[in-house]
Amino acid sequence: MRILIKNGRVIDPSQNLDGFHEILIEKNRIKGLYPEGKGPDANKIIDASGCIVIPGLVDMHTHLREPGFEYKETIKSGTMAAVRGGFTTVCCMPNTKPVNDTITVTEFILEKSLREGACTVYPVGAITTAQKSEELTELEALLKTGCIAFSDDGKPVTNSLIMRRALEYSKIFDVPVISHCEDLKLSEDGVMNEGFVSTITGLSGIPKAAEEVMVARDLSLCELTGGKLHIAHVSTEGSVKLIRDAKARGINVTAETCPHYFSLTDESLISYDTNLKVNPPIRTPQDVEAIKQGLKDCTIDVIATDHAPHHIDDKGKEFDAAAFGISGLETAFALSLHLVESGILDLKQLITKMTITPSKIMGISKGTLTVDSDADIAIINTEKTFKVDSSGFLSKGKNSPFNKWQLKGTVEKTIAMGKVYEWA
Amino acid sequence: MSKEILDSDDINRAIRRIAHEIIEKNRGMQNLCLVGIQKGGVILAGRLASQIQSIEGGTIDVGALDITFYRDDIHTKAEQPVVKRTEIPFTIDNKTVVLVDDVLFTGRSIRAAMDALVDFGRPAHIQLAVLIDRGHRELPIRADYAGKNIPTSFNDLVEVTLGEDSRKDKAVLISGQ
Amino acid sequence: MINSKDLLGIKELAPEEIYHILDTAAGFKDVLLRDIKKVPPLRGKTVVSLFFEPSTRTRTSFALASKRLSADVVNFSVTTSSVVKGETLKDTALTIQSLGADFVVIRHGSSGVPHLLGNLLNISVINAGDGANEHPTQALLDLFTIQSRKKKIKGLTVAIIGDIAHSRVAKSNIYALTKLGAKVRVICPPTLMPAGIEKLGIDVFHSIDEGIRKADVIMALRLQLERQSKGFLPSLEEYFNLYGLTDERLKLAKEDAIVMHPGPMNRGVEIESAVADGPQSVILEQVTNGLAVRMAVLYLLSGVKK
Repeated sequence: MRILIKNGRVIDPSQNLDGFHEILIEKNRIKGLYPEGKGPDANKIIDASGCIVIPGLVDMHTHLREPGFEYKETIKSGTMAAVRGGFTTVCCMPNTKPVNDTITVTEFILEKSLREGACTVYPVGAITTAQKSEELTELEALLKTGCIAFSDDGKPVTNSLIMRRALEYSKIFDVPVISHCEDLKLSEDGVMNEGFVSTITGLSGIPKAAEEVMVARDLSLCELTGGKLHIAHVSTEGSVKLIRDAKARGINVTAETCPHYFSLTDESLISYDTNLKVNPPIRTPQDVEAIKQGLKDCTIDVIATDHAPHHIDDKGKEFDAAAFGISGLETAFALSLHLVESGILDLKQLITKMTITPSKIMGISKGTLTVDSDADIAIINTEKTFKVDSSGFLSKGKNSPFNKWQLKGTVEKTIAMGKVYEWA
Repeated sequence: MSKEILDSDDINRAIRRIAHEIIEKNRGMQNLCLVGIQKGGVILAGRLASQIQSIEGGTIDVGALDITFYRDDIHTKAEQPVVKRTEIPFTIDNKTVVLVDDVLFTGRSIRAAMDALVDFGRPAHIQLAVLIDRGHRELPIRADYAGKNIPTSFNDLVEVTLGEDSRKDKAVLISGQ
Repeated sequence: MINSKDLLGIKELAPEEIYHILDTAAGFKDVLLRDIKKVPPLRGKTVVSLFFEPSTRTRTSFALASKRLSADVVNFSVTTSSVVKGETLKDTALTIQSLGADFVVIRHGSSGVPHLLGNLLNISVINAGDGANEHPTQALLDLFTIQSRKKKIKGLTVAIIGDIAHSRVAKSNIYALTKLGAKVRVICPPTLMPAGIEKLGIDVFHSIDEGIRKADVIMALRLQLERQSKGFLPSLEEYFNLYGLTDERLKLAKEDAIVMHPGPMNRGVEIESAVADGPQSVILEQVTNGLAVRMAVLYLLSGVKK
């Protein structure tokens, strides 16, 4: 089976490509790149007129919930949501039940992904056993089984010494340690950003410092150890500044943010909509501005989703008791495309942050259209608008604060390992 | 379309006549008090009181009664009520209370007023004086004293204006649809 | 004119609505002074009180207010354990509605719960205190008390002393007083001052002596005793030394200043007995006025088109 994609504007930052090319796919690989009109015959022609043709998006921060929380999401539904959102690679966080801290869990995820997954899944292993910040997991065994990075995401590594050891020890393998930066004593029982809006809603606040003191600690430890540190879901101006300074000093750190941290401000919390409850919390307009600047000057390398699907019962309760998280895979690209609309990034920079950069950080050969790479491609109409309807999400998690938003940028087709998914 | 049905002279004549009737029926003003229903009845009760006093001499107790909390239409009315003061600074136990209102229509206000009144005491008699009886009763209630009977349609509106200056008194009938 | 079927907070009310409630409450205050203290407007209506936090005063006040209006009152008992799980809140609310209640009076430790119920239910929801958000009927009764003592609210200086960060009473009073044109000062240690509170157009003091000076009204707030263990204060004694309302300090306020407290009081912590029981205290009057105000709220909401 040979598929030829024609008439689209092909943008692949990994090979500095932007123009009208034709792409030939054979089985699950990219077989050739041809100038316009020069592509060979194929069994199937995909007409990408009016669309951009880009490497399938790479999400380095996804929660697939399986094993343990299949009522929230499964590997099957989560990867379907991924391809619906243009993603062909997702890196799933270890806070499942049981935690992905042993090879049996990793094997389970990989086998299940191969059998039922719609796209490529890379497991992220836990840094510490049961995410308890007490003992390191067996990194070598986990890596050999298929993990590609380590994180206790959902929880911070509260023990600074263990974090130091993790950053040191992981140097053997040159893999990133992904840090969920939160000082649990400072965030305590907070449910939203601490500030004027938390005062007038009466909701407990999470100060920005809860994130920033941990970012500062981990940057220090990274400088001390020379490990490979990646800061997850950066949400505050202070964190951006800390990371910017660290990078200027040559510290080996990378960082990501998520669409909700540059698309929403804490003022929206006045509605008590539990779909806005996320950790770290939605911050102030000033933070949003800083995040955008951080993306622009490459302080923040990656846009990830932190896709955190939840069942309606976990969200449909009082704000304090509702679960943290946003179901993000199916809105991430369109929300991010708005950064291009508003002149923060150009299209190439945006695609870079969602394809080749996360691939490089994670050390995987994804996020590229170079010949002989995996046939992972997203075909997106950047001019077409759509109204978000979270009830129609392929993810089991309908928890989106963007429901009913009018967004620009529809994913027309996603090709994952050569398999074509298309939507009317 | 609106038309004046009573002018100030008509109204003054009616008040004088009602005053005489009240005295006649009750054989003087002993044991008598007037209670005006907020808000149209309150000024009328004052006028009636001074008329009665000028005929009989002495003073007669006059109170004001707000019936808002006793109405049966708070859940159906379009507008929310504005509560006015109830002032009955005398006992009504064993008295003859003349309830005073400007217009008698369905009778529901009077029903509410009687309910309200009995929460203040136990009068010997309750009588009813109105300036205009426009018909359309929905309850078995009638006026003991009526200034004038005016035939109206149910949807008409009768507006009585009684003010500081009695020369500006009037009653107007506004035709409904 | 009240526009919403629910009373969720003072934040959501316009000044005219606040005045309308106060005027109506004045009518009910008269009723409460009568021999027969009951009027019939809510006959056949049912008020359900749903309290997820312990409360004696507010719950009793609402119950009595309902009864004075001839409504039936039912207490829906909730154990503290289901609060922690929080799973049944929606179901509980829908059950109450299906039982035919016309009002649900809700108190919950989590801010925004009345809003959640207001959206969920067709019946009137009255907020009797939600988390650190609001306690609107308390603020309304405080306004009523101030107005009946001072004959006005606009232009008065009101000093609120205590745990502003965790106090829904303080929040509701700040909204209410500023909406009606009073000058509000809040006095508390920095650890109990919520972020950005000054943006509400009020003055912030850490010294009680400064904050209380020439005030017309002084409100002392209840200090939750567990604040000490949470590290907000070193000790209750130190709190009393720094922020306790004493006779000595009261002299700094205007001579005719009134002293208020939402109750229940911690004598010797936020207020000294000499002040609580002194001639300037209107604390018991607040309780009586609470009835009239809650009657007014129930009565007016019963007239809102749903």
